[in-house]
Amino acid sequence: MFKVKVYVTLRESVLDPQGKAVTHSLHSLNYPEVSDVRIGKYMELTIEKSERDLDEVINEICSKLLANTVIEDYRYEVEECVPQ
Amino acid sequence: MKFAVIVFPGSNCDVDMYHAIKDELGEQVEYVWHDTESLDEFDGILLPGGFSYGDYLRTGAIARFSKVMQAVVKAAEAGKPILGVCNGFQILLEAGLLPGAMRRNESLSFICKPVDLKVVNDQTMFSAAYAQGETISIPVAHGEGNYYCDEETLAKLKENNQIVFTYQDNPNGSLEDIAGIINENGNVLGMMPHPERAVDELLGGADGLKLFQSIVRSWREANVVKA
Repeated sequence: MFKVKVYVTLRESVLDPQGKAVTHSLHSLNYPEVSDVRIGKYMELTIEKSERDLDEVINEICSKLLANTVIEDYRYEVEECVPQ
Repeated sequence: MKFAVIVFPGSNCDVDMYHAIKDELGEQVEYVWHDTESLDEFDGILLPGGFSYGDYLRTGAIARFSKVMQAVVKAAEAGKPILGVCNGFQILLEAGLLPGAMRRNESLSFICKPVDLKVVNDQTMFSAAYAQGETISIPVAHGEGNYYCDEETLAKLKENNQIVFTYQDNPNGSLEDIAGIINENGNVLGMMPHPERAVDELLGGADGLKLFQSIVRSWREANVVKA
């Protein structure tokens, strides 16, 4: 069994209105060193071992549903875990 | 002409759409639940606004995989008119029936007000009853209507005259003031403003009615054999 951590963020080329608002807010809190904030989504998937290649399955899931690749990028980390 | 209003869990403009077709346009219309497999009996498909599946993950992302969407794709391929308004537009984008994607409004606020649109292409089956360049007032009501597409897609939209409506005073940050686009084949239109909320002067305006009249007129021209 695997625990897969998926991170979805807006593409670099796409303006992130939420991130921009948070950046401004941090500046008003006197953190001028923060030059940019990008807001994204974090998802945890539990995936059972199967005959299919795990990376292939995750990439399919991400590009079909979890991320909209027109405006978003995704990356993921895999941890193997022992079922309780 | 017989219309289907597709109803997803969380749709909330389905009744307005039904009212516009039945009472204002005087055509046949039925509600169709999202798990319906066939739309063969319908001549036109309407995807209403709302918050399908609570906008979970992304607007339209879950609805796009509901059973009825396969039938919508089939109807699109068959050349039937398909109109997606607001959340309906977002679903069409997620389904890949129209190019691009929606971002949060630039202001991060939900915007609900009448806006002025410019008809930039009156040569479509959805806009033929308008005049080229005409200004119409249609209400918007959305939090994610900030249209985006890459430069290549934008060039293609322009080249093929696929931009049908633009905002006169951009309310949400949409690229090139885009309010509504059509697919290359000219039978799938997505728009953020709600024409179904502007079909009667009692509601504050009737500028949306011509959009529905355009659909019926073009369908009649193509399908009714002249005696």
